[in-house]
Amino acid sequence: MSKTEKKRALTEDRLREFLREMLLIRRFEEKVEERFRAGELPGFLHVAIGQEAVAVGACAAMADGDVFGSTHRAHGHTLARGTHPNAVMAELYGKMEGCSHGYGGSMHLYDVERGNLGANAVVGGGIPAMVGAGLAFSMRDEPRVAIAFFGDGATNTGTFHESLNLAQLWKTRTVFICENNTWAESTPGWQHSPVWDDMSKRAVAFDMHSIKVNGQDVEEVFEKTSEALEYARSGAGPVFLDVETFRMHGHYIGDPQVYRGKEDRDEAAERDPIVRLREILQVTSEEWAALEAEVKEIVDVSVEFAKNGTDPQPEDALKNIYA
Amino acid sequence: MKTMSYREAVRDAIAESMRASDEVFIMGEDIAEMGGSMGVTQGLLDEFGASRVRNTPISEMAIVGAGIGAAMQGMRPIVEIMYEDFITLSLEQIVNQAAKHRFMSGGQLKVPMVIRTQGGAGWSPGAQHAQQLEAWLVHVPGLKVVFPSTPADVRGLLWSSIYDDNPVVFFEHRLLYPIKDEVPETLEPIPLGKARVIREGKDVTVIATGPLVHRALKAAEEAEADGISVEVVDPRTLQPLDEDGLIESVKKTNRCVVAHEAVTRMGFGAEVVAVLQEKAFDYLDAPIQRVGAKFAPLAFAPAMEQFVVPGPQDVLDAIRKTVAKA
Repeated sequence: MSKTEKKRALTEDRLREFLREMLLIRRFEEKVEERFRAGELPGFLHVAIGQEAVAVGACAAMADGDVFGSTHRAHGHTLARGTHPNAVMAELYGKMEGCSHGYGGSMHLYDVERGNLGANAVVGGGIPAMVGAGLAFSMRDEPRVAIAFFGDGATNTGTFHESLNLAQLWKTRTVFICENNTWAESTPGWQHSPVWDDMSKRAVAFDMHSIKVNGQDVEEVFEKTSEALEYARSGAGPVFLDVETFRMHGHYIGDPQVYRGKEDRDEAAERDPIVRLREILQVTSEEWAALEAEVKEIVDVSVEFAKNGTDPQPEDALKNIYA
Repeated sequence: MKTMSYREAVRDAIAESMRASDEVFIMGEDIAEMGGSMGVTQGLLDEFGASRVRNTPISEMAIVGAGIGAAMQGMRPIVEIMYEDFITLSLEQIVNQAAKHRFMSGGQLKVPMVIRTQGGAGWSPGAQHAQQLEAWLVHVPGLKVVFPSTPADVRGLLWSSIYDDNPVVFFEHRLLYPIKDEVPETLEPIPLGKARVIREGKDVTVIATGPLVHRALKAAEEAEADGISVEVVDPRTLQPLDEDGLIESVKKTNRCVVAHEAVTRMGFGAEVVAVLQEKAFDYLDAPIQRVGAKFAPLAFAPAMEQFVVPGPQDVLDAIRKTVAKA
């Protein structure tokens, strides 16, 4: 991302593009829920419905050559960074055409060509590698940044604290994006962290530059992530983005959310980032219908593509273990 | 040929690989100014500078994890975990991350890194500074595991591990560092996955790793006096394992002892025994004997430590047992 582009106010066209991407991710994940419930998708899946603005804003701010590591809630990050919906859906169906060729699944989406170094299913487990990738960029003085996505729950892991300490100590080219949806699976923030309502305090302990972000405002996510990336890219040091967001659905698909009150669910629904942007852009109902139709087509095609994909041979399970 | 200590041989392999490529760097606790808690990395900071010889905080997860990320971005990091016991702290990163990125990505990624560590009993460090945990790592697909016993082997195998495109857990042994032996004039890489016959013999094969190679050699000398000819074979690489090399020796001698310093129960030797009974059963004239530590944490008092850890006499007893069962 060049400086000029960062400072330029976002055009309406760009915002409409963001809206389209957010809607695509939303409808894609709703389709994933539907197909999972229909018994077509194996495994354990997690959607990030309500958090689309974080994925779209943050990934749009990344430059070619930047890399990122994601979490178990990775469909949005992967799609937003440009992996084709067909490749993501095919992965969820366990097909060779999937973005991890059927070896990963929903919790391990990779697309190395687009800088996706893997969605990680161990909470906090993927954070240190982004310190190391950022270190490699620093050592070679390359203007690239490694971005670690993680949730508020991960801020209680040892890897999180060790990683922030090391990154700040060595000024690695790393940006930490904390998607604080205030839920560590079923455990609310107030039960898991003394600073759950102000995660930037985590960065203070490491003397790390931190920025607060409204994660439901895609424009703000884009601008603040751009600012963070520029800072890290310059070699000034890592940045911690404290992004407040809302998980509108359960921890996993099928989660009855017995632990969560109606009030909390309603609040999340009221903070829907897509509704918000639609209102700001004053999208007419005709425009909206056209957008919905366009997105639906893409999602439906991805399901067809995935269903018609190639099943791996059982013996393929023994490949790709060693380089 | 020239002479080097095991410690110098490790240092030489690191330095030579760092001279050969800017991709190679080393990080770990106390490795820079102090030169490592075992003195292995002395002098590297002066030659290569602080960017490539990096002192880390005491953060085993981040040390390994940062190595993984750097490796995925084209570097060849060597990370040092000061004591093998502390590898337990970084196991999540080694087992779930380093070992699996290539696989989970369907072959898109590689993680070329070396995790060097050392351990070993014999100096009364107590229960948290001398365990031998190599079997844990051999159990994880995606990792390579190396455990050399001589200066020449550690030098050539470390070079190959650094230039291997996979994560390699590289075990050194504290008591081996001062051992001196002949090494090639210039560093000769040794391929991973090849066992070495350290001493040739006809009557019994001792398959030994690390310090037990040396204890087996002592036992072999004593057995020789009794008229028993002992072959000592060191697998050197535990994963991939040179099954053919081990089988070949057992086919010749028809008797076998496996020996390591780690606890016998579920130790690396158990796997070797299983491989041999599966693939060389018809060649065995006696049950395979196992030598390893007794099933106990390591006690502090020297008398207790020595009781638990296997010595040359334990190997000799096992040799005699297997020969007696003709």
